[in-house]
Amino acid sequence: MKRTVFRNRWLPYALVAPQVAITLVFFFWPAFESLRLSLYRASPFGDRLIFVGLGNFHRLFGDAAYLRSALASVVFSFVVTFVGLALALLLASLANAKIRGLGLYRSLLLWPYGIAPAIAGILWLFIFHPSYGILPYLLSFVTTYQFNWFLKGWVAMALIIVAAVYKQFGYNLAFYLAGLQAIETSVMEAASVDGAGAIRRFFAITFPLLSPVTFFLFTLNMTFSFFDTFGIVHAVTQGGPGDATSLLVYKAWKDGFEGLQLGFSAAQSVVLMAVVILLTAFQFRYAEKKVTY
Amino acid sequence: MARTLSESATLAVATPLRRRRRDWSGTLAHAILIVSVAVLAFPLYYALVISTQTVAQATSLPPTLLPSTAVVDNYAAAWRKAAMGRLLLNSAVMALGIAVGKISISLLSAFAIVYFNFRGKQFVFWMIFVTLMLPVPVRIVSTYEVISVLGWVNTYWGLTVPLMASATGTFLFRQFFQTIPDSLAEAAQLDGAGPMRFLWSFLLPLSRANMAALFVILFVYGWNEYLWPLMVTTTAEMRTAVVGLEALVPRGGSELPEWNVIMAAAMMVLLPPVAIIVLMQRWFVKGLVETEK
Repeated sequence: MKRTVFRNRWLPYALVAPQVAITLVFFFWPAFESLRLSLYRASPFGDRLIFVGLGNFHRLFGDAAYLRSALASVVFSFVVTFVGLALALLLASLANAKIRGLGLYRSLLLWPYGIAPAIAGILWLFIFHPSYGILPYLLSFVTTYQFNWFLKGWVAMALIIVAAVYKQFGYNLAFYLAGLQAIETSVMEAASVDGAGAIRRFFAITFPLLSPVTFFLFTLNMTFSFFDTFGIVHAVTQGGPGDATSLLVYKAWKDGFEGLQLGFSAAQSVVLMAVVILLTAFQFRYAEKKVTY
Repeated sequence: MARTLSESATLAVATPLRRRRRDWSGTLAHAILIVSVAVLAFPLYYALVISTQTVAQATSLPPTLLPSTAVVDNYAAAWRKAAMGRLLLNSAVMALGIAVGKISISLLSAFAIVYFNFRGKQFVFWMIFVTLMLPVPVRIVSTYEVISVLGWVNTYWGLTVPLMASATGTFLFRQFFQTIPDSLAEAAQLDGAGPMRFLWSFLLPLSRANMAALFVILFVYGWNEYLWPLMVTTTAEMRTAVVGLEALVPRGGSELPEWNVIMAAAMMVLLPPVAIIVLMQRWFVKGLVETEK
């Protein structure tokens, strides 16, 4: 708490006014509007709203398409986060040595963060392209299986997962490398002398000491994969084939903007809101306590 | 005693062994990092190469991984076909508007929160905190309603202002201001400097590093944002570059698969944010870490 404070009756209000105004108009108003709309259904002609209570939520959780979308989102986010982090941690641990040029490597690892998810998706779309892409071409020498994401849902899912991991991977690796460099070599050597093998050392020392980095990257990747990957789906698979890659945010947008089911889409937004609140609560609950800094 | 002896004996024997192993681990580290960097660079290299080829070359199998001669044609075609000049301008307005606007607004509100006592401060702080839980995807349909009530659809106001407020910037500056010793504000007050003078002549110069860090993160965010411009713009002239790129992706079988032109367009769209990250890397890393705290 600052001891020095300026005295002024109106100035502090003027200073917070822009932020408060934008927050009220563009955050609180739409959020309450979402909550309100989620209790309504548009009439058949779309000219008025009919109150349906929790009907939209009832419909939502009984809707097979919505449940498939929820499952797809959970699978997508967990795979993107866990594959991304595990692979980065594995490579970083193997590459943990006092080497020269670490700064250069960091530069070469960080730049993909600047690529928009949608563009990362388009780059990988071409690599996966069933007619022209290099990946199906190379795989055709190994197997006769058709890796066609236009037709096979899991290939489409793999495509957007790869694109999402690709965008995140460089900085996951860069952060783990930086975290590992900060661990005292004497600790490792002591453990080594005590007869701890490489795997034991990893789980007893490296992993716990890296937990702040892991926690930081985990929340970053979960938030990214859940909320910032709309662009990948919209630009690449458009939810298809069928609804194999129709993730929750994409579905909420599609049902609202293309299907014009305002109440149904608003109910989906409300569910997403609950997810964000849980993620934020998790972040604040564990940020200070459970993690070794 | 005997144990200590045997341990030191082991150490003596182990030292040269370990040194040899460390050299080897250095080589392994370089190998892993070089492979990672190469894998990350490949999709970009592939896209770059495709952007220099003719349609026939780009869509032939086996894929050619060497540059060709159609560079000028492709980039000119991409520029024309996508009205790239306008798209890039829109993206630049959006990215710079959000970055500059958000930095200014959060600087002011953080200043008010740290250096003033005023009625309702806790409430304002709580309000700003709650925006963390209301990202764009949780207010999809309702936000569009708000924007259209304001008449901001297809305007630069709609593209920038609503994204200028969020908790991250305010928290970042608040944290930073709290580390500044009270004596600075006391000295300024003794010299007769008012609050705005103090903000302008003392806090602003001290905050330069934080502003640069926030700028990189926000520019990249604004440039790459997808869902927001997709919602608040409906005409081709007001689209941003990342959203406009999606329109070039051939979907139907009848379209000419001009992947060379798309990749040329993709190169133009991804260059600005990637360049900012590479050129301002130090600030980027700082920003990544600070905004997630």
